[in-house]
Amino acid sequence: MSTFEFLLQGIVVAAQPMNLFYALIGVTLGTAVGVLPGIGPALTVALLLPVTYKLDPGGSLIMFAGIYYGGMYGGSTTSILLNAPGESASIVTALEGNKMARAGRGGPALATAAIGSFVAGLIATLALAFVAPFVVKLALVFGPREYFALMVLAFVTVSSAFGDSTLRGLTSLFIGFTLAIIGIDQLTGQARMSFGIPDLLDGIEVTTLAVAMFAIGEALYIAAQGDRGPDKIETVKGSVWMTGQDWARSWKAWLRGTAIGFPIGAMPAGGAEIGTFLSYAAEKRLTKHPEEFGNGAIEGVAGPEAANNASAAGTLVPLLTLGLPTTATAAIMLAGFQQYGLQPGPLLFATNPQLVWGLIASLLIANLMLLVLNLPLVGLWVKLLTIPKPWLYAGILLFATLGTIGANPSVFELGMLLTFGVLGYVMRIFGYPIAPVVVGLILGPLAEQQLRRALAISQGDVTVLFTSPIAAVLLAIAAAALIVPLILRARGRGEVLSQLAANED
Amino acid sequence: MKQFFLASILAGALALPAVAADYTIIAPANPGGGWDQTARSIQTVMQEEGISSNVQVQNVPGAGGTIGLAQFASQSKGNANALIVGGYVMVGAILTNKSPVTLKDVTPIARLTGEYEAIVVPAASPLKTMGDLVEALKKDPGAVSWAGGSAGGTDHIAVGLIAKAAGVDPTKINYIAFSGGGEALAAILGNQVTAGISGYGEFEAQVKSGTLRLLAVSSAERLEGIDAPTIKEGGLDVVVENWRMIAAAPGLSDEQKAAVSADIEKLAKSAGWQETLKTKGWQDTYLAGDAFAEQLAKDISSTETVLKDIGLVQ
Repeated sequence: MSTFEFLLQGIVVAAQPMNLFYALIGVTLGTAVGVLPGIGPALTVALLLPVTYKLDPGGSLIMFAGIYYGGMYGGSTTSILLNAPGESASIVTALEGNKMARAGRGGPALATAAIGSFVAGLIATLALAFVAPFVVKLALVFGPREYFALMVLAFVTVSSAFGDSTLRGLTSLFIGFTLAIIGIDQLTGQARMSFGIPDLLDGIEVTTLAVAMFAIGEALYIAAQGDRGPDKIETVKGSVWMTGQDWARSWKAWLRGTAIGFPIGAMPAGGAEIGTFLSYAAEKRLTKHPEEFGNGAIEGVAGPEAANNASAAGTLVPLLTLGLPTTATAAIMLAGFQQYGLQPGPLLFATNPQLVWGLIASLLIANLMLLVLNLPLVGLWVKLLTIPKPWLYAGILLFATLGTIGANPSVFELGMLLTFGVLGYVMRIFGYPIAPVVVGLILGPLAEQQLRRALAISQGDVTVLFTSPIAAVLLAIAAAALIVPLILRARGRGEVLSQLAANED
Repeated sequence: MKQFFLASILAGALALPAVAADYTIIAPANPGGGWDQTARSIQTVMQEEGISSNVQVQNVPGAGGTIGLAQFASQSKGNANALIVGGYVMVGAILTNKSPVTLKDVTPIARLTGEYEAIVVPAASPLKTMGDLVEALKKDPGAVSWAGGSAGGTDHIAVGLIAKAAGVDPTKINYIAFSGGGEALAAILGNQVTAGISGYGEFEAQVKSGTLRLLAVSSAERLEGIDAPTIKEGGLDVVVENWRMIAAAPGLSDEQKAAVSADIEKLAKSAGWQETLKTKGWQDTYLAGDAFAEQLAKDISSTETVLKDIGLVQ
């Protein structure tokens, strides 16, 4: 049978009424748990996996797919409405999404996230079905030096994309790097900057930092303004649905996000968040409404959300073809597969085609189900914002704390949550962007480890970093992105360029 | 609105560990890892076999399990309902992290499962046998890069033991630590490193499909169904087993300890557990009582020696 026939057969199975019902339960549960700040898809799937044990393999696989995609989706809802990302991949969504929500455009923000997730999920799942074996070959070409070059590129693009001042962006980024040093060094097993505190040995949890900086910092900021602060939050302005202009601005961002997210998710050391960072940077550069970035630009929600979901499907490429779990969520999915006697790996497509195609078809169904479930709910979710401010922020504090305790029941973790909340508040007051701190915490260790691995393999020969064609090209792009604007500015053509950009509109 | 709160309450209830439980098992690692899977398998089997009506699993991740261990030792003293999963990796982590809490501060009950290390090279590698690899290692230890799991873990220890047995200075080995066997696998398949070392399960699918060549396994005897010699057969006296165990709280009375041990024995002998071992591909290495205590003491002292040899512990 051809790929297409297998897929069709899988969809027929997954579309039976009972299986559709399982999919509905899966996405509902997944969204409900995923919506808690601090609880990302990994924990959601781990908590809910036992629920699927009692069903027949087909049914449980479908429910499982629903939980996976539902958990992914739930995270973006809290990002947009409460500024409390449930996982590192929806941090970027909070940037523009929450600004939109406070400007009365929460409805379109949620809608573009939902539809973008759907579009990206659809394209990426189909790509998974048809090109997985080729993508994985490409991904294996990436060794430590190529990853290091990719990280350098990410630093350059990211530090210029967040906030208005590159210097302030870089300052925040380096705060993140500093925090990233804390903990056991992965390459030698030695503790660094943990000051003998056992809780610091494993470093700082990304979701704790993100929830603290975004949600707690925000709540403190609002509270500090007291009654003096203007009530900026307009719950609903205009339609809760997307306007024609919203559609026009979103669709290209969805496609670009998918194109960026899928291959990066498919790389064994890619990770969903890198795709969202790069997508945000790309959208900011390409937009015709640069003034809206930082104040709620719809492209800034559409692109990263699409990238996030595309890379979730991309993660399945190394998982299914190599048996290689590249994220915590994927590792739990691997455990999930084993309960059906599935051993992911190169032989999986040959030995268990029914189950593999069943899974891929289930993902498509779950994806559609999420859209059906969430679009009507958008109006309801947005009403969250009509809650009086003191109540709303008290609720945010409660859920942020609950999520952190749920993920790691420790007093120290709570202390860190509050400390970073205060840091986030202080940075807000002085106008430093928050996101690069989190980016630094995520990408800093990756860059450091890959660089050290590359140098260890070459036994200290620095030239290997440039002799790989892929690494050389990536570094050249990074250098160009850094130098070209400087040269243009030096020649006094910066104004001309911005004029040109403005005229395009 | 109402739905949101209902959903949140439901989610909160799922996320928080329940208070009343016959057993609460601490998995000192993130969801998805080996210890987490062990804990959750014990949970399922105990409930299905009627050994305990209510078992909760709680993840306390961090630092090779030493964070969970420290929390367990301090918070569940004398609590006969509290259990923790652990293993060989914890032995090494306690030493490298200079953890103030060690396995002496809890009550080890039994070893449950184990997995042996496998040494692999990419299919295209010129190295055909374990002997070739050892020759290359002797010639220039730095030129042989090994990809494996975290620094100071089982994989790293095994490489140190191999170098030592081959008469190579263990501090000269070029070990590239990855966050797990999976990430290391990508580097091995991509021909980035000379050889790879991790639990056999991590490489099984690749070995079967022929993209990796299995050079040796770290068991004492050849393993059933695995077509590879042991490291011992190649003349190096190295046997490494990555075992997983279950321990109870410190300060238990003899009766309490006996009751927990009886429950664990029931678990290990049950049909459900045997079935789980088979589907997960884990070896049954059940060992309890004094025999386990003796084995544990031996593992701890040999690990300490090799970690000092590699230079990870002063």
